[in-house]
Amino acid sequence: MTDTTQKSHAEIDESITSRQEMSGLQAALKTQPFWVFIALIAIGVVMSFISDVFLTERNFFNITRNFAFFGIMALGMSAVICTAGIDLSVGSLMGLAGIVTGLVMQAGYGIGFGFIACMGAAAIVGLINGILIAYVRMAPFVVTLGMLAMARSIAMVISNNKMIYDFGPDQELFEWIGGESVFGVPNPVWVLMILTVVFWWVWRYSTWGRWVIAIGGNADAAKLAGIPVERVIVSVYVLCSCCAGLAAFLLVGWFGSVTNALGLTYELNVIAATVIGGANLMGGVVYAFGAPIGAALMELIRNSLLLAGIDALWQQFFVGLFLILAVLLEQIRNRGRS
Amino acid sequence: MSLLQLEGVTKSFGAIHALQGIDLTISEGEAVGLMGDNGAGKSTLMRIIAGNFLPTAGKIRINGSEVHFNKPVDARNNGIEIVYQDLALCNNLTAAANVFLGREIRKKFGPISYLDHKAMFEKAAELFRELKSETRPRDLVKQMSGGQRQAVAIARTRLSDPKLVLMDEPTAAISVRQVAEVLNLIHRLKDSGHAVILVSHRMPDVFEVCDRVSVLRRGTKVADKQISETSPEEVTGLITGAIENA
Ligand SMILES: Nc1ncnc2c1ncn2[C@@H]1O[C@H](COP(=O)(O)OP(=O)(O)OP(=O)(O)O)[C@@H](O)[C@H]1O
Ligand SMILES: [Mg+2]
Repeated sequence: MTDTTQKSHAEIDESITSRQEMSGLQAALKTQPFWVFIALIAIGVVMSFISDVFLTERNFFNITRNFAFFGIMALGMSAVICTAGIDLSVGSLMGLAGIVTGLVMQAGYGIGFGFIACMGAAAIVGLINGILIAYVRMAPFVVTLGMLAMARSIAMVISNNKMIYDFGPDQELFEWIGGESVFGVPNPVWVLMILTVVFWWVWRYSTWGRWVIAIGGNADAAKLAGIPVERVIVSVYVLCSCCAGLAAFLLVGWFGSVTNALGLTYELNVIAATVIGGANLMGGVVYAFGAPIGAALMELIRNSLLLAGIDALWQQFFVGLFLILAVLLEQIRNRGRS
Repeated sequence: MSLLQLEGVTKSFGAIHALQGIDLTISEGEAVGLMGDNGAGKSTLMRIIAGNFLPTAGKIRINGSEVHFNKPVDARNNGIEIVYQDLALCNNLTAAANVFLGREIRKKFGPISYLDHKAMFEKAAELFRELKSETRPRDLVKQMSGGQRQAVAIARTRLSDPKLVLMDEPTAAISVRQVAEVLNLIHRLKDSGHAVILVSHRMPDVFEVCDRVSVLRRGTKVADKQISETSPEEVTGLITGAIENA
């Protein structure tokens, strides 16, 4: 080969490797969360004409606080769904974790122990889910469906079916964390914002995040590449449970009381929010910003129907409609690409 | 002493006897072609050497001492790299991410370590350049051609400095220019003292780079000959069974 052809080869190769497929904005345009975000804005604009109340600070405060709990749980759920799994037990787990927190604090142990007990209960449930799924190789749907029943039942047993509203010496602090705000932003929203950034970093920059995405793409290949697939899957379920536990801790603080019905059917909303936010049940896809955006859309629908004076009975209809539309959108875009 | 020595390696999947009493040796700087019909057991043998599963019976020795590979990482830690026939890639990750899967380059910031994307993209680009493959490190594997995917799988073996490289049909889907590069790579590996086992259905490739050829037929080894002492016709006969053994 002559010198010139070699040089041109090198040049071509250089241009190939340094060529970035697209700019950051173009990349964002291709993602589901971006389009759901556009839908959010559109609904917001329409609502600002329909209702005077919509754009008020008070309404925004309420909307953001309401979806913060779901958003936090959806962050964990998106990790599970990224591995092509599912966790149906998060709603029941909220009930269990909430009751455990209540009982510990009612007994006068203080908020530190209350928090540890809450997260500990959540972690144990996640650990059981994860071990059965990763090592015993049971289907995630079945395992977590069983856990949905068991966790709720245990919450009923240990609460003796009674409401807890006395949280001992740290009651005030506990209620402040879940119910108050800093700089006009509700505390649960701060938690959601911080966690979203943390998750964004994890998915982009951590080895663990990279491994979770790889497992979702091709678990066999991940295993052959030496990734401890079972351990990573267990950690994903523990993480999802801990997010649910954290949401329960904040929610109980806001309510100022807890019953064993806390979080009943929340799993459906969380899964819907996660899917609307761009998660793919086949696994391998995850967006940190998808979780809060999906949760925000669902809360916005609820809020808009309320302000527009439409019967609240329609709420679930529209949530379901948007869920199907979101998945449809994703499929249409995929078809366009391939 | 030979680098790798297989003694009576046997593998059964239930009632299927995929491999029966395979003996095989390979020394440093040597390339062995492994040939055989579809289902002859070539991939199974490669997977055993790469630690995907343990043999039902038989011994594997590396530099004379017996090894038991319970998982792929064990084989990798013993200096064995493999290109799988089905490539074993994650479609949803970039080419570079696949090359470095399980061996990510990390940077430290205080106690926090994070993925060094820049270093991985650059190193992957360098490996693709070396293979003369027009593979962009930032492309998702999902969107890549068969040959580009193969380049990704081959690039993975270049991350470490292995003693033995197993290639299960590495040239099945690639262009003439890249086949030449893969064969070139095998020559370079041999020159630098590496051993290579090449599984291929392409007779000319095997005859160009290999020093020896082993033929498997229905799970048994029917021939093991120096390339200089055989011919494509004889090997074809051995593969099909027209020639019983040699
Ligand atoms: N995991 C498995 N479970 C059961 N049988 C298997 C398994 N893997 C391989 N086999 C069987 O072992 C035999 C050898 O398969 P192998 O993949 O090693 O063939 P091969 O020589 O690589 O063929 P090809 O040229 O088509 O790649 C086949 O009969 C196959 O059906
Ligand atoms: Mg094969």
